[in-house]
Amino acid sequence: MSFDFEGKTYETDDDGYLINLDEWNEGVAGYIAEQEGVEMTEAHWEVVNFLRNYYQEYNIAPAIKILIKEMKKMFGPEKGNSAYLYDLYPAGPALQACKIAGLPKPTGCV
Amino acid sequence: MAETAAEQEEVLTDLEIVTGAKEPKPKIGDVKAPELTGSIKVPKIQPGAAAGYKPYPAAPEYMEGMDFPTTLVDNWEKEAVNKLGELLKKYKSLQDYMDICVRCGSCTDKCQFFLGSKDPKNMPVARADLLRKVYKKYFTTEGKLLGKIAGAERFDLELLGEWFSYFHQCSQCRRCSVFCPYGIDTAEISMAAREIMDHIGVGQKYVNSIIIKLHEIGNNLGMNPKALKATLESTEEDIEEEDGVPVKLPVDQVGADILMVTPSADFFASPHVESLIGYAKVFHQAGISWTFSSTASEAGNFGMFIGNYSHMQRAASRIRKAIEEIRPKRLIVGECGHAWRIAYSFWNTLIGPLDQSLGLDPKYPRPQHICEFTLDLVKRGAIKLDKSANDEFVPTFHDSCNVARGSRMGDSPGGQFDIPRELIKASCNRYVDMEQETIMEKTFCCGGGGGLLTDEILDVRLQGAMPRMQAYQNIKDSHGANFFALICAICKAQFTKVFPKYGMPMIEVGGVHQLVGRAIELGAKE
Repeated sequence: MSFDFEGKTYETDDDGYLINLDEWNEGVAGYIAEQEGVEMTEAHWEVVNFLRNYYQEYNIAPAIKILIKEMKKMFGPEKGNSAYLYDLYPAGPALQACKIAGLPKPTGCV
Repeated sequence: MAETAAEQEEVLTDLEIVTGAKEPKPKIGDVKAPELTGSIKVPKIQPGAAAGYKPYPAAPEYMEGMDFPTTLVDNWEKEAVNKLGELLKKYKSLQDYMDICVRCGSCTDKCQFFLGSKDPKNMPVARADLLRKVYKKYFTTEGKLLGKIAGAERFDLELLGEWFSYFHQCSQCRRCSVFCPYGIDTAEISMAAREIMDHIGVGQKYVNSIIIKLHEIGNNLGMNPKALKATLESTEEDIEEEDGVPVKLPVDQVGADILMVTPSADFFASPHVESLIGYAKVFHQAGISWTFSSTASEAGNFGMFIGNYSHMQRAASRIRKAIEEIRPKRLIVGECGHAWRIAYSFWNTLIGPLDQSLGLDPKYPRPQHICEFTLDLVKRGAIKLDKSANDEFVPTFHDSCNVARGSRMGDSPGGQFDIPRELIKASCNRYVDMEQETIMEKTFCCGGGGGLLTDEILDVRLQGAMPRMQAYQNIKDSHGANFFALICAICKAQFTKVFPKYGMPMIEVGGVHQLVGRAIELGAKE
């Protein structure tokens, strides 16, 4: 699968997750978010940026508990909880935020 | 214009036709659960209702990485028949299952995927017949001579397409075989069918891509040792912050008494990680040295789901390697259904013998289930549980199919049913079972086992979960049940996904060791 955005073709997996992490930029993230029905605000970018940084270090998305904890450390308790993340990303922070961040879809028994 | 239209019309390959690769998949948000009607009823049949549900086929890279052909091979009919012949010789059981069905009908209303989808091809006998008619056509005299009259059918593209649909609507849970007077094991038939499909170049993406990750990185998640260590350290911080006790989650500790092998989802996902915390607290409080291994950071082994012995063995060989590296005395397995079946029933032949030659202590079961280990500590008074910590819960236990029907636990028959229940009761003041016809050896599958835990077939998963959700709803109504206790990573992931679709709170899904972890009294022993 693939999609076109601003004259460039982006390869994706069957569920629309970018194949090539390096092709990601804020513009294409915004486009994926739009397809997901998510309007990106500063709060959304905080999550996406954290996910990308974590992925660059560990080559895998963080466990949901780590995401929550790190959000809490960086932005305070009102942003470090599951309900807040689900408000931002209704289809689930792991699935939806990873997709917008250009990370692969988490699979396994999860 | 006509030419342009013809140009635009895409010509589908045989593989795309068989796997429905170009058919649009439903959006997860739009997929609806069947309605709960108050009881589990045998539905009026709807032929073809589930024919369109197909998982994503494995892309060429996910076939090549498994040493399977990257696309449907040209002479696939002949290759498939040859492979079936090979399997019939290798597995006497498969030959029997092909021959001995007497069409008694006992199995017809026993499969959760039939009850949920109403499609008669999801009746176990009909599912088995998809393979049986090929067997009859090519391997029996009456089938060769009489064809369809004898129930024989040529293996053509249409039938292969049905295989791809309906052998991926079987979770290999073996509920039907409990009711079959001959004990025909549909799981084994579905494994054989998937093995044949892979052999001719028709694979399933979810399972194959995960097996490749397991081989290459060491677990189903693709979590490398660095990420594993960081995640475990973070979990240690969480426990200390919550309980004020420095409970450790050691990894790669050579010489530890216990090697703990658990599904990688326990490190990563919720609610799985709550059970991981429970295991760690049990080891901590019992004062026993233990460790995970980054070599064996996965108990799961999807090789079984595709009936592929060599991939199953290759995946299991990581466990043996870890035993050789760590040299533990004991081997314990965490909350994972199919992993426990493989560990309990197959490890000794796949990677064994698991005995003194590897330094394992013959005094203990090898392997041992974490529930048996913990319950034994409770009974001996080596750890104390404060039931009142779980007073907000009215738990029930869902027997995972592979534990209930594919293995045992402890040293007495039915231990796999009694031990987890006893452990929950030791952790909680209240407990309620679901209807007898839906538990223990008759348990319904979660609907996501056997390689079905993938979102493009969420319809199948929701339909398969229906009987279980009905049984749970009934004890919610009658007894106020509000905690759905599990010992399987697939069950946990599946129910977390389907609960909201059935209007139930996701938070009610949890692990048995989650309850243990909340109740355990940490600190100095009297």
